[in-house]
Amino acid sequence: MRISIYRYDPDRDEKPYMKEYDVAVEPGDRMLLDLLVKVKAIDDGVAFRRSCREGVCGSDAMNINGKNGLACITRIADLKEPVELRPLPGLPVIRDLIVDMTQFFDQYHSIRPYLVNDEPPPERERLQSPEERAELDGLYECILCACCSTSCPSFWWNPDKFVGPAGLLNAYRFLADSRDRATNERLDNLEDPYRLFRCHTIMNCVDVCPKSLNPTRAIGKIKEMMVKRTV
Amino acid sequence: MTRRIVVGAHYGFRDWLAQRVTAAVMAVYSVVFVVAYAVAGPADHAAWRAFFSQGWLRLATLLFFASLFFHAWIGMRDILMDYIKPVWLRLLLQVLVILTLAGYAGWAVQILWRA
Repeated sequence: MRISIYRYDPDRDEKPYMKEYDVAVEPGDRMLLDLLVKVKAIDDGVAFRRSCREGVCGSDAMNINGKNGLACITRIADLKEPVELRPLPGLPVIRDLIVDMTQFFDQYHSIRPYLVNDEPPPERERLQSPEERAELDGLYECILCACCSTSCPSFWWNPDKFVGPAGLLNAYRFLADSRDRATNERLDNLEDPYRLFRCHTIMNCVDVCPKSLNPTRAIGKIKEMMVKRTV
Repeated sequence: MTRRIVVGAHYGFRDWLAQRVTAAVMAVYSVVFVVAYAVAGPADHAAWRAFFSQGWLRLATLLFFASLFFHAWIGMRDILMDYIKPVWLRLLLQVLVILTLAGYAGWAVQILWRA
């Protein structure tokens, strides 16, 4: 199978270029990551991140044939040849398929991704009813791979100001948590023409999410909370 | 890269809501206008003038245009915020958009009440 990979080493290359590799698909190879490991055996200069190799850590997010996804859970059988691999769009490239995720994580940290509750803790844990816990389904599964945020045009234009789909999905994950007490502060923090309202419901995020989550729905829920608070 | 602490600017929500409300106003007006037009069926200039001399239609049309221009302002502002990076240029273009839309609003009033 022919794989065309974006290569760029800022120390050596003047500008990025695409390099083609031919790898044999063997019966044991199921996912794109299997082939990338083979490419690495041919040319150990190719740089990409990977860790769990089963769609849980979110390390090997990349642009596969024009669409963001995780190499480890992208089936070889579903790929069109030649497979074109590029780094996630919109973020600075460190080398080859590795991008600098600082801006992405800055936005994630800005929404305070942890429970805020100053009430004295009960003797045992803070309990939730099954219904309250169900509110978090479709939110807590986010693995922060950045597939969604780097496919979002609003995030491309304003990565320093727009929280982005991943950050906003996580913001709603804590807004929806019955144990959290900082609802007003969280909504204040998001009530901003850039931070929240740069979302124009383009829905690229929903299209690419490898965990099949729906950031657009979460963003709609945040706006709904603002309506309930203000109107 | 800026290392500032980010907080909300505490605005933006009303604009977003206003864009939805004005869209609804325009949708309702469109239906009402088509029905009123089908019923009255003005065929010539005199009939059109008589059609638009009805007070309620003038008022509804004014409401429609007010909604349209406010809706357009929020949409244009969003586009400028997305794509125009230099602040001075963005501000300049935003002021131009406001003046243009205000001019259109005045023009709409003039046309509706000229008869």
